[in-house]
Amino acid sequence: MSSDVLTAGPSASLRGRQRYLPVMVTAGLLVAMFTVGGLRYEAFASGQVVLNVFIDNAFLLVVAVGMTFVILTGGIDLSVGAVVALSTMVTATLMTDHGWSPLAVVPLVLLIGSALGLVMGCMIHYFDIQPFIVTLAGMFLARGLCYVIGTDSISITEEGYTAVAQTQIALPGEMYVSVSVVIALAVVLVAAYMLHYTRLGRNVYAIGGSEQSALLMGLPVARTKIAVYTISGFCSALGGVLFSLYTLSGYGLNALGMELDAIAAVVIGGTLLTGGSGYLLGTVLGVLVLGLIQTIISFEGTLSSWWTKIFIGLLLFVFILLQRLISARRS
Amino acid sequence: MNARERGPRVSAAAVIRHRLFWPAAVLVLLLLANVFFTPGFLSVELKDGHLYGSLIDIARFGAPLILVAIGMTLVIATGGIDLSVGSVVAISGALSCLWITGLEDQQSVTGVLTAVGVALGLALFLGLCNGVLVAGIGIQPIIATLILMVAGRGLAQLITDGQILTVNSAPYKLIGGGYWLTLPFGVLIVLAVLGITAFLTRRMALGLLIESVGGNAVASRLAGIRSRGLIVAVYAFCALCAGIAGLMISSNVSSADGNNAGLWIELDAILAVVIGGTSLAGGRFSLGGTVLGALVIQTLTTTIYSIGIPPETTLLFKALVVTAVCLLQSPAFREKALNRRRRRPQAAPASADPKVKVPA
Repeated sequence: MSSDVLTAGPSASLRGRQRYLPVMVTAGLLVAMFTVGGLRYEAFASGQVVLNVFIDNAFLLVVAVGMTFVILTGGIDLSVGAVVALSTMVTATLMTDHGWSPLAVVPLVLLIGSALGLVMGCMIHYFDIQPFIVTLAGMFLARGLCYVIGTDSISITEEGYTAVAQTQIALPGEMYVSVSVVIALAVVLVAAYMLHYTRLGRNVYAIGGSEQSALLMGLPVARTKIAVYTISGFCSALGGVLFSLYTLSGYGLNALGMELDAIAAVVIGGTLLTGGSGYLLGTVLGVLVLGLIQTIISFEGTLSSWWTKIFIGLLLFVFILLQRLISARRS
Repeated sequence: MNARERGPRVSAAAVIRHRLFWPAAVLVLLLLANVFFTPGFLSVELKDGHLYGSLIDIARFGAPLILVAIGMTLVIATGGIDLSVGSVVAISGALSCLWITGLEDQQSVTGVLTAVGVALGLALFLGLCNGVLVAGIGIQPIIATLILMVAGRGLAQLITDGQILTVNSAPYKLIGGGYWLTLPFGVLIVLAVLGITAFLTRRMALGLLIESVGGNAVASRLAGIRSRGLIVAVYAFCALCAGIAGLMISSNVSSADGNNAGLWIELDAILAVVIGGTSLAGGRFSLGGTVLGALVIQTLTTTIYSIGIPPETTLLFKALVVTAVCLLQSPAFREKALNRRRRRPQAAPASADPKVKVPA
């Protein structure tokens, strides 16, 4: 018992200080990037540039929120990019080719995404297959369905939908945001509440810490794991809807490799890939870092688009190294 | 009496339970489906000293995938995974094409050999980096290789400057598109790599060491195996295989495309390994199964083209195959499905299953 106290004491206080370290580092990086950008380029240091990062990455934010849930349980979801593409495709084809109302299409799309996530979650839990392979199959399935619907890009011309897409919500100081940003922020708030203040959220962290212990503690492991993949599926579908609002079209090759962006955002946000540790706020910061890299590269003008990938790779490397250092010191 | 009765039943069950049974069955089934739809499917003929036929085509177009999958098998056997192979494919093709376009005489054999050497050297170096990240720093393999997967695509585009580099070099064309001794050169390369790998891992202790590292890295280190060096070597080998595959792909079309070369090949390779019965948890591997798995994927693609199903649906079929194979290999699923079937006649065989599996 005394040894318990001895080991629990220092490690608990260490954890208290280090818990927020990854998130703080990401926040610091974000501030540094913004400062450097502001000093280097004219017209960079304005509120609208920040809001544009949100506008251009609202869909990624929503997808990354879903991915955070999955990664916190120690799993991974490779199907998100494909589900985003499938959602844009279904939205576009139903509205343009079949004349459905958006009010019917959007719930249907969200239902499809959630159902796909539910099925994958069930396969992962009940048949004990690795999440990596199951979601890979899900990715193939969703991309395949896209191509079955059509191989060409379908543009959306439905009046109500385009009106929503073009709505600019004015903010003080002649700034504006799009409807997508509002939806994305709402998703972030709801998800943060679920993760940090509900029983489901505590279960997610517990399973990520140790599934075996969670099971022995009598937590509903099956329900939580399946719920997590369903949430990810729902978020991907919603991300797809936002993507179709952003581009006003559906295309089977949309969001190619978005699963990597989402995973990168979660990792840069300080969530441990082994699960059990991380914050939703970190993911938001991670998405902003990725968005700001693109903004800086477009401001620079002379750098080509592939530098984005190289920078993201480097950042991933640095942050994973950092995670490794922290977890090594902790143990 | 009892023992005599049991003899044949066990051997029939052993055939079905052999780890290569299901992949082989799927391959045979796919080939039969092809014979049904295209009558002359199995015929192979000799034209201008080259062998032609659908079977040869499957082997030829499947060659890069088989190569990548062989490397992937060893990585997965150590309990790791390498997501960066697609990027390495793109980088090695891009670098060799860039080198060849810089040559004064694109037909010079030494120039092409240097290009190949440089490209494979870089691939080897990238593999070493992966290995050091995994074994030296101790990062999860899926994440360590994710870095190169993301950054590597950018690197390949940087090398080609975002363009598609085209070369016009007969010696380079030989690697992926040429014939030697009536057989496609790529197939010969695959056979050579497969032969060397099989010799090193199955005739030497190397395979056993790899499997023991995959089974339990810490325990094998305590047993005196240099698990760290072994893991680095395995990642380097995997990247080298991917590099050769990249040369083949770019040489077959005489151009390098940093964006699309080797796109999703890592997923196909992992799929091939899984279909071949190698467990993703590591600890055992089957090279023969991997080759079968890669052939299944390539045959599936060919079948879809030859039957006349729109090629866009290939992914749907892949999804079905992945799901089916994974379910068949999942012990949990087998138990649930088999129990239901077997419970009626007898409960004993189900409980005997795990005992039989241990030595196998």
